[in-house]
Amino acid sequence: MSLNAKIRFVQLSLFYGAFAALKRVSMTMAERHITALIGPSGCGKSTLLRTLNRMNDLISGVRITGQVLVDGKNIYGPGTDVTELRKRIGMVFQRPNPFPLSVRDNVAFGLRVAGLTSRSDVAPIIERSLRAAWLWDQVKDRLEQPALDLPLDQQQRLCIARLLAVEPDIILMDEPCSALDPIATGKVEELMLELKKQYTIVIVTHNMQQAARISDVTGYMLLGDMIECGETAVLFTNPQDRRTQDYLSGRYG
Amino acid sequence: MKARAEKLAQRILLVIALSAISSLILIALFIFKEGTPIMVKMGLRRFLFSSEWEPQAGLFGIYPMIVASLWVTLGAMLIGAPLGIAGAIFLNEFVPKTVLRIVKPAIELLAGIPSVVYGFIGVMVLAPLIRNHLGGPGLSILAAAVILGVMILPTVISISTDAIGAVPNSYREGALALGATRWQAVHMVILKAARSGIIASIILAMGRAIGETMAVIMVAGNTVKLPHSVLNSARTLTATIAFEMASATGRHREALFAIGVVLFVIIMLLNSFATVILRGRTTRA
Ligand SMILES: Nc1ncnc2c1ncn2[C@@H]1O[C@H](COP(=O)(O)OP(=O)(O)O)[C@@H](O)[C@H]1O
Ligand SMILES: [Mg+2]
Repeated sequence: MSLNAKIRFVQLSLFYGAFAALKRVSMTMAERHITALIGPSGCGKSTLLRTLNRMNDLISGVRITGQVLVDGKNIYGPGTDVTELRKRIGMVFQRPNPFPLSVRDNVAFGLRVAGLTSRSDVAPIIERSLRAAWLWDQVKDRLEQPALDLPLDQQQRLCIARLLAVEPDIILMDEPCSALDPIATGKVEELMLELKKQYTIVIVTHNMQQAARISDVTGYMLLGDMIECGETAVLFTNPQDRRTQDYLSGRYG
Repeated sequence: MKARAEKLAQRILLVIALSAISSLILIALFIFKEGTPIMVKMGLRRFLFSSEWEPQAGLFGIYPMIVASLWVTLGAMLIGAPLGIAGAIFLNEFVPKTVLRIVKPAIELLAGIPSVVYGFIGVMVLAPLIRNHLGGPGLSILAAAVILGVMILPTVISISTDAIGAVPNSYREGALALGATRWQAVHMVILKAARSGIIASIILAMGRAIGETMAVIMVAGNTVKLPHSVLNSARTLTATIAFEMASATGRHREALFAIGVVLFVIIMLLNSFATVILRGRTTRA
C-alpha cells in the first residue's frame, strides 16, 4: 500500500521485567484507516496498543527497545512530552470509564486539562463532540446529570466524545465493544467507520468478525510476535502463515 | 432441630442487640436527666453564653469553654486535615505501592500511642517553643490545636488512603490517557471520586478532636477565661468535666452534666451534618 504511514513500529520489543511481551514487532499503520489487532488473549495486543500513548510508562519494570514512530518521530526518543502525546493520541478502554462527574464535565475534562475553562468557549466544543459521537440527542437535556447514570453503550460513546473534544489525530481502542450488547456494538462500529474519515484508528479486538467488518488492515499476533499483517480482506481470505490459518479457522484458542 | 437452633440464635442476638442499644439510650437519658434541670433553672441562654464560671459563687456560664473547644477543634482540623489528606494523596499516587504498604501500618500504629504521651511531648517540647518564639504562656490554644492536629493524622490518613485506594484505576488511566498530569488526575477526578470517604475521615477526626481530654488538659493551660488569641491558655468543655468532677456536688455537679449534654448535642449535630453531606454527595457522584 502506498499510503501515508501515520504509525510505524520498528523492531519494537517490550519487557515486563524479564518477560518479553512484544518481540521485535514491526508494522505500519496508515493514516485515516482502521487497523485491527487480533490474536488470542495474552498475546500482547493491549501491550502493543499501549506503547502508542505510553501508558506502559505507568507500570514499573517495563523496558522497551526499538522504535515507535508517529508522524515519523520516535515517541520514545528524548524530548517527547508524554502529556502532549496523549492529547494527540486518545484511548478508549475496554470497560467504559466515564469519570464520576456530570456528562458535561466528562466531555470538558480534556479541555480543562489543556487550560480551556471559559464556559462560552467550551460549550460549542461539547456539543460538537457529543454530536460527533452520536450522543447529543440522547444527552442534550441531561448534561448536568452524572455520567455514570447513562446506559453502558452511551457511556462508551461518551468516552469517545470525551476524546474527540481534544481533537486527537489517532484513536486507540482496546476491545471497546466487549462490554456492549450486539446492537450497541453495531452502533459503535458504525461510528468508527464514520470517524475514520478524520482519524487514524487502531482497534484491539478478540472478535474476528468485528475486525473483518470494520478494519482496513489487520495484524495477527501470537505470544508477542506479529505473525502476519496485511489488508484485512486478503488476510482473512488468504492468510500466508500457517498459524494465522489455524487461528482464523478456529483451531486456536 | 436446625430451625430451632436458628430461632434460639436469633433470640439471643436480639437480646444482645437490645441490651446494647438500651444501655446507650439509658446513658443518654441519664446525662440529660442530670444535666437539663440547671439549664432550665438558669435559662439556656445564660448557661451557654455568659462568661462567669465560678462554681463557689453559683455562677455557671460555659461560654469560654465552648469557645475554647471550638477554637482548639477548628485549629486541629486546619492543621490535621490538609496534612492528612496530602499525605494520603502522596502515599497513594506519588510513591510506589510498597512504600504505602510499609508506611500505612506504621502511621496507624501512631493512633495507638496514649494521649498522655502526646500531651507530655506538647508540654516538654511544643509549649516552650511557642513561649519563646511567639510569646504568651506557651500552654495555649495553639499548642492544643497542634497536638490534636497531629493526633488526628492517623485517622485522616488511614481512612482517606482507603478511600483514594478504592478509586478504580480506570479513572486514573482515563484521565492520564487524556493528557492529564498526575496532579490534574488527582484533583480533577480522584479526589472527587474519593470525596465521601475523605469527608468521613475528617468528621471522624473532628469527633476525636472535640472529645479528646487528657492531651488537651496537659497543653491548653486551663484558664477559664474567654480567649482572645490562640496564644492564650484556655479550658475546653471536656477538660472542665475531668478537672472538677471529683469535687463537684449539687448544682456544680448538675452543671458538669449539662456540659455533657452540650458535648452530646454538638457531636450529634456534627454527625447528622456529616450524614447529610455524605448522602447528598453519594447520590450525585
Ligand atoms: N503489568 C503487567 N505486568 C506483567 N505482565 C503483564 C502486564 N500486563 C500484561 N502482561 C503480560 O503480557 C502479556 C500480554 O498481555 P496483553 O497485552 O494484555 O495481552 P492481550 O491484550 O493480547 O490479551 C500477557 O502474557 C500478560 O500476562
Ligand atoms: Mg487486552
